[in-house]
Amino acid sequence: MSSERLNNYALTPTRKRRDRIARGSILAATILALIPLLLIIYYLLSKGLSSWSWSFFTTDPTGNTFFKNSTIGGIESAILGTIEIVALASLLAIPIGIGVAVWLVEYGRTGWFANTVRFFVDVLTGVPSIIFGLFIYIALIIGTGSSYAGYKGSLALALLMLPVVIRSAEVVLLLVPGALRESALALGAPRWRVIGSIVLPTALPGMVTGVLLAIARAAGETAPLLFTAGATFKTSTNLGGFMNSLPVQIYNDVTSPTTAVVDRAWGAALTLVVMILLLNLIARLVARRNRLA
Amino acid sequence: MTTLPPNTGLPSPPATQAPNARTAEMDPDEIAEPSQARAPTPSRSEVSPATRPAALSKPGLAVRLQGLRAFYGEAEQVKGVDLEFRANEVTAIIGPSGCGKSTMVRCINRMHEEIPGAHAEGKVLLDDFDVYDPSVDVVAVRRAIGMVFQKPNPFPTMSVFDNVAAGLRLTSHGRGSRSKAAQQPKVEAALRGAGLWEEVAERLHEPGSGLSGGQQQRLCIARSLAVDPEVILMDEPCSALDPIATLKIEELIDQLKSRVTIVIVTHNMQQAARVADRTAFMLDGRLVEVGPTQEIFTTPTDPRTEEYVTGKFG
Repeated sequence: MSSERLNNYALTPTRKRRDRIARGSILAATILALIPLLLIIYYLLSKGLSSWSWSFFTTDPTGNTFFKNSTIGGIESAILGTIEIVALASLLAIPIGIGVAVWLVEYGRTGWFANTVRFFVDVLTGVPSIIFGLFIYIALIIGTGSSYAGYKGSLALALLMLPVVIRSAEVVLLLVPGALRESALALGAPRWRVIGSIVLPTALPGMVTGVLLAIARAAGETAPLLFTAGATFKTSTNLGGFMNSLPVQIYNDVTSPTTAVVDRAWGAALTLVVMILLLNLIARLVARRNRLA
Repeated sequence: MTTLPPNTGLPSPPATQAPNARTAEMDPDEIAEPSQARAPTPSRSEVSPATRPAALSKPGLAVRLQGLRAFYGEAEQVKGVDLEFRANEVTAIIGPSGCGKSTMVRCINRMHEEIPGAHAEGKVLLDDFDVYDPSVDVVAVRRAIGMVFQKPNPFPTMSVFDNVAAGLRLTSHGRGSRSKAAQQPKVEAALRGAGLWEEVAERLHEPGSGLSGGQQQRLCIARSLAVDPEVILMDEPCSALDPIATLKIEELIDQLKSRVTIVIVTHNMQQAARVADRTAFMLDGRLVEVGPTQEIFTTPTDPRTEEYVTGKFG
């Protein structure tokens, strides 16, 4: 009887073949997905690395794109502009976004207001980035009759980041076991202390990932910056004025007829990718160290 | 009734249990010798908190439920229970799954209302104070009535030390008690009280989640002891543990009752017989019978109790 049952599960050649086919197709799908990724990295390195030099990072673009390679300038203003604009956007979007997520998970739960908020956050996640730019353009540039400014770009990016931060933080906060909240509450801890000392530290590594995703997405956006922060050549530390940024510079450079300027776009693209990679690494190290602080 | 002090919501304890007297009670030497504090159970239970000699260990407080009903939305899970948990005794609550014993216990420190849509009616008297009185601060209730859960759940981001200190840190108002040096004696006393000190003294700064299951559960007991409660509620504290770890917890319960009143929910009738002074049998949201453990298991008055303890259902 039992040997008969075992026989039903025998590893016949047919079963072995099916197993090989299934494994093979999953592996093929993985490799297929890797191909474009590797190609992108390969192209960025092969085309971008050649334009990297000390002066590439330390000079501003000159705008003299019809002259010799050496006179077109570098991307300093774009790097600093991206850092400044994205930093301000993060400063606005991350605390508010995590606050909203904490409210949704710990207080709003499944009430009608919380569900309404969730619905609109979902809608916002799907809004094309140029719409955020348009909104700021209409509200803060046409509406006030003023001109482009770095902080207006930051606002557009913050709006773009907000739903990503809220959604990812909410998912991670929901993963924190209810038993931890209960045992902290049962110790006689007020709810805000439970959130601050137990829930948020437990969720921290996951929230870092979500926040990084939002920052990376914002740092690579061109559309919301085009008609909010403008484009300029000069390095600026004044978020109230025109401000250059890497995506906008890439956008402008890549359409240029001058080869050297197109090469500068590749160099800038590689710079942007490396910057986001570095940010990722730093944040991960910090999150890991904080795990058991 | 005495005016309730602001922010704590609970009565200031009688003179015999003033805060400084309590810390003295946490003296490790005394915890190491709990047997001296354990008088024969029946006579001791008749000593009321007011007349208990000061030399005896810190008295826990009696808890009385009066007409307690608990709801999940519209569904009534606990249907009017009157029950007394005597001070410094272990009361076991037994009954088939879903009979409302966990729900009832969670009402005692008002954890029940943390579940969305859940609420409770009736009275839960800690000594003489109704923990459901509108003027009472729920946070103060939970400081006085600690809880140990089914699954060991040390805080995963914290070391052994910080887990025990968490109760002190999360509930302290002043900055003074937040420093590690100030917490050290209390943490050590709580770990000794939970019989864990010898095992973790060298590992205080390793993650609490690195301990074994039984150690984690005793860590959770130490965590609730550290805030110096009057009552500890245990909701099937051994159901996730192996027999040896269970035995250790049971020995611990026996030692702890000189300091606190203990209510333990258990599915394991042998466990109830081993640790409890009194046992209550619940069925379908109602209390069927309560009495000295011996009587409940040998000469119950209600036929349903007899059927349950002899294994005819449940």
